[in-house]
Amino acid sequence: MTISHRTMDGKIRTTSKKYALQTNNLSVGYKHKKKAHVILSSMDVTMAYGELVCFMGQNGVGKSTLLRTLSGIQPPLAGKVWLGDKDIASLSKKDIAQQLSLVLTEQVPAANLSVYELLTLGRYPYLGWDIRLSSQDRELIDRAIALTHIETLLAQKLHTLSDGQRQKAMIARALVQDCSVMVLDEPTAHLDLNNRIEIVLLLKQLSKEVNKAILMATHELDLALQVADRLWLAHSDGPLLTGIPEDLVLNGGLDDTFRLKGYDLKTGRITYRTTQHLSVHIQGRGYAYLWTKNALERNGYPLVSSSDGAEVSVLLTGTEESPLWQVVDEKTGNKPMLEVDTVEKLLTLLSTGFPWTV
Amino acid sequence: MGAMLPVLFLMDISLGSVWIPLSETLRVLSGEEAEKTTWGIILLQFRLPRACTALLVGSGLGVSGILMQTLFRNPMAGPFVLGISSGASLGVALIVLTMGTLSGIAAYTLSTWTIVLAGSTGAALVLVMVVSVSAKIRDSMSLLIIGLMFASVTGAIVSVLQFFSTAEQIQQYLVWTFGSLGALDWEELALFSPVVFLGLLVSYAHIKPLNALLLGERYAESIGIRMSRVRLGIIGATSLLAGSITAFCGPIAFVGLAVPHLIRLLFNTSDHRLLLPAIALGGANIMLFCDMLAQLPGSEQRLPINAVTALFGAPVVIWLVVRKRNIGNTL
Repeated sequence: MTISHRTMDGKIRTTSKKYALQTNNLSVGYKHKKKAHVILSSMDVTMAYGELVCFMGQNGVGKSTLLRTLSGIQPPLAGKVWLGDKDIASLSKKDIAQQLSLVLTEQVPAANLSVYELLTLGRYPYLGWDIRLSSQDRELIDRAIALTHIETLLAQKLHTLSDGQRQKAMIARALVQDCSVMVLDEPTAHLDLNNRIEIVLLLKQLSKEVNKAILMATHELDLALQVADRLWLAHSDGPLLTGIPEDLVLNGGLDDTFRLKGYDLKTGRITYRTTQHLSVHIQGRGYAYLWTKNALERNGYPLVSSSDGAEVSVLLTGTEESPLWQVVDEKTGNKPMLEVDTVEKLLTLLSTGFPWTV
Repeated sequence: MGAMLPVLFLMDISLGSVWIPLSETLRVLSGEEAEKTTWGIILLQFRLPRACTALLVGSGLGVSGILMQTLFRNPMAGPFVLGISSGASLGVALIVLTMGTLSGIAAYTLSTWTIVLAGSTGAALVLVMVVSVSAKIRDSMSLLIIGLMFASVTGAIVSVLQFFSTAEQIQQYLVWTFGSLGALDWEELALFSPVVFLGLLVSYAHIKPLNALLLGERYAESIGIRMSRVRLGIIGATSLLAGSITAFCGPIAFVGLAVPHLIRLLFNTSDHRLLLPAIALGGANIMLFCDMLAQLPGSEQRLPINAVTALFGAPVVIWLVVRKRNIGNTL
């Protein structure tokens, strides 16, 4: 595949790019009683080396089916999957295992395996029947350990690990497999916020440092928008949308896919309905401004951009460390202002009735 | 464990209804004449083959037990979950329970070879059925259920056969189900031992897929294991081991289930490179031990080996379950 772009001096330059994974007119689904049920069809997608791709879509649109087809577990109904420059259908299980590693959602049943033993399993596509590790194998394992920072976990049994630690170990195992493509099925499910961010950042770092193409199915819209190099959006009625996150936000592709209610993708914020009558104008800057605005929106106050149309103005004074809020009644222009020192007090003040009798 | 084996082996052949001093036993083993010629005969013709049988049976059952536990990732699986012993039972029952009525030959004239042939044919037939059904299904769990169903069917047929049999026939069949380590002479051992050794070798050749299976079948495939081929290989090894053992010695319970758990607890590992040899050794030790228990000290009587293994095995399994709480964690 070639990409043309105009350089700064106005010349057209074409670069040819080799993909880690590519599909041609791929249709996936399953066969039941010799009848084909197509779930996703005519897909031409690519994954470049060093690219982190987040694959999103609502449950049931066929994410798992596509992942299974891309990883050679299930044959395509039509079209082809290319791993590097080879058709995946022509590769043996062992060949595929040397080019594509998997992290599945299912719990590993072998709870009594130590983390290091788990990592050695990643070398199996390269080992003979007697599974003897060479010094080169051990070096690769050590490298994966260093990249995922799991040095302290090596001797622990899998069943003693926390969810986040276990996921890191599973990613390290996939890394040990030393493949150009890594496919992960919802790697952040069941994790708490800290671990989610850690895992996603780890994958991002791996895609760059080890130049891997990483495909991750996920529901984490906010994280995906911030780290993914590319999004694949699966849709129950329509083609698979691909593109960089920002383009998909701006062209509405994400809106179509998720049909989010009450969330404004373009601002990345929840849209609040106004429930109060008191219109407020906020004057100030910095974090204090941001979070005052958040508090007022969350409580349903209509915000106005100038003090002219507002019934109340909130003036931010004080310092960054100890902000103060002055409340001005715009109708009367009453100068004896009320001053509070927390957002909570401000909210109480606004809700206890207006106009105030001072 | 390796050191325990010769000790237990010696103890096993020293014990019996006839008291033979240890020095004499050693002399006979080193090829010299014993003080009494009967001692030599007892040792060489009876006790030695029986101890060798115990070694082979213990190793074979233990190893086939872990093959099944790992393949099905089920701590309660054992060598007979695929219906191998039910098939053998059916074969033997058909011969023992119908022979007399059909041909007029008294049941007790049936030779060991006939019973072995009947047992292995039955086991092989059931196995072929289970495997051909398993070719149509993709996951091992269904295979487990199918094995259990075949066991129920064969069990039912055996019940029907027993219903129409004479007391003598039923007794001979029952004696077979008690299990016996003493039925083999050197000639039979010459066939039995290579089959068991082959089964052990095939098992050891599968250490890589067995370890990979610790992650589950989907992960195993993702690291290059061809599950369809491996499943057949593991089933093949189990059939060689459990099938030949059941055919020659009757259905011997619990060893195949309990030994892998004991060894896993002892070594605290899941690595089959270590587990398989350790289980083969451990199984041999335990079988020799059970054989000594079966020979009631100072008595002429010998308990059925199947009763001893169950009496010994069941409490061990209960103890394990209570101690480990979640026995699945040791798999």
